[in-house]
Amino acid sequence: MPDIGLRLESVSQVFHEGTPSEVRALDRIDLELERGTFTVVLGSNGSGKTSLLNAIAGGLTLTSGRVYLQGREVTHWPEQRRARLISRVFQNPFTGTAADLSIAENLALASRRGTRRWLGRALGRDRRRRLQESVSQLGMGLEERLDTPIGLLSGGQRQALTLLMATMVRPALLLLDEHTAALDPRRAEQVIQLTQRAVTADGLTTLMVTHSLMEGVHLGDRLIVMHRGRIAYDLDTGRRRLTQDDLLQLFDQLRWADRLNESAAEMLRRTYV
Amino acid sequence: MNLLIGSVTTGLILALLGLGVFISYRIYHTLDLTADGSFGAGAAVVAALLVREVHPLPATAIATLTGIIAGSFTGILHTQFFISTLLAGVLISTALYSVSLFVMGSGNVSLISAGSLMASAERLGQRLFHLPPSLTVLDSTVSGGSIATLVLMMLLVGGVALGLTFFMGTDLGLALRAAGNNPQMAKAVAIDVDRMVILALSLSNGLIALSGALFAQYEGFANIQMGIGAVVTGLANLMVGEALVGKRPIGRWIAGAVVGAVVFRLVVAAAVRAGLSPNALKLVTALLVLAVLVLPQLMRKVRPIGPVRGHA
Repeated sequence: MPDIGLRLESVSQVFHEGTPSEVRALDRIDLELERGTFTVVLGSNGSGKTSLLNAIAGGLTLTSGRVYLQGREVTHWPEQRRARLISRVFQNPFTGTAADLSIAENLALASRRGTRRWLGRALGRDRRRRLQESVSQLGMGLEERLDTPIGLLSGGQRQALTLLMATMVRPALLLLDEHTAALDPRRAEQVIQLTQRAVTADGLTTLMVTHSLMEGVHLGDRLIVMHRGRIAYDLDTGRRRLTQDDLLQLFDQLRWADRLNESAAEMLRRTYV
Repeated sequence: MNLLIGSVTTGLILALLGLGVFISYRIYHTLDLTADGSFGAGAAVVAALLVREVHPLPATAIATLTGIIAGSFTGILHTQFFISTLLAGVLISTALYSVSLFVMGSGNVSLISAGSLMASAERLGQRLFHLPPSLTVLDSTVSGGSIATLVLMMLLVGGVALGLTFFMGTDLGLALRAAGNNPQMAKAVAIDVDRMVILALSLSNGLIALSGALFAQYEGFANIQMGIGAVVTGLANLMVGEALVGKRPIGRWIAGAVVGAVVFRLVVAAAVRAGLSPNALKLVTALLVLAVLVLPQLMRKVRPIGPVRGHA
């Protein structure tokens, strides 16, 4: 039997239920992530991929369904309690770090994830040195600027630090929410490399949501395509890599299934190519 | 000389008020109006206990506790029942007004014949250091009591400021600051933001009530009006300190709140001596805070250059 890191059981998230503007953001989703696997979720706007992340992280109360983490049911855990086990990198680089606190202080906060916070010194000499070492692995020269307020750094630097913070204490599940979407291509590439390194080095169970076909093609060992709140395709990409054309074909099929008109398909194409 | 010592002592007492406002306004980014009620309640509770001949030490401690409880109520109303901090603060503050009247029994209580921490300090000074009842400093006669009081306040406020600085550098203190700075980030590193808000407001109002309790003992009376405008006074202290001492690192910011309070008192004393009507004090305080808030924006409007710093 495979070792399951995350399990969703018939998870639904419905907004404005019973009104004309009802939206089924998630429609009875069943999903299992094996421990140590890297899954990429692809989907257009409104396909439900962000809702999926929120359902897992606990940002919203589910309409129905259950969530299990490493065999434990966490459906009713609030966000900050699940955060002891789940770490996240957000799309907006400003979300994952506290701007007024220094680099060292932000890292110190992350290094206590899941541990009781009491009156111990947050930045004793030992911990400071350890933090400095891990920052130097980013190769951005930030280890010399540990006392700089994080708000003064660029989006790419902040995102790299958020990633470091997310993996500092080994999480049971790492959630990446389009975490390169707000960066310029060069920084995005850098963050993707750091992501790959962190995920493979520690064998983290990872779920990454992305907008980018490129990332969908090149990353992960499993690809899930979301459409209208459901999992439309679930592909094992660990053994056979897909091409962008394969993915475009999948989206074409979805389009036919939906009987979308030609102009909407054109819009999809423009979004994804 | 007496005026100088008096102003510095009052400044130190009100520095605690400034530190309280610092926690709510600068760490948690909210204007907590519970402060007015807590300051008044601190004065009222200590007065009620002192006239019943409770020792000043437990009396001051209980007054501080009143503020802590008031702050936690505001925090609970805000986090658990989703009432805005502004409204929650006004509600608790208004309720405290009646509570203060109840415990004092009337709108004004004289403490001239009651004990106080200051009187205890004077006795201690006489016993330990043979402090004379009066002495001459720089050609003017100063009472031993006022020196003892000044030293006590320096120790007390210095201790609180150091303690607060240390606290802000602990794991818990850092969590508190993160919760105020970026709640979403705080949640993501598994910090219980609601609990931090309640803790911050309790701590803040505890300091403010302590300030009120000391103020009443120093002035020798408690008045139901005492707390009115406490928030604004605290803000003024804070802003003077930020301008003079700076904001970074956090220890400097905290020291600034203390220095700012003392400087502000000295300026007020000088102004009153130069002929400013004491009735105008609150107006002047409010204008000062207003000026600090408005001036930078005015300057930007006059010369619109330079990027506006983004905030997450």
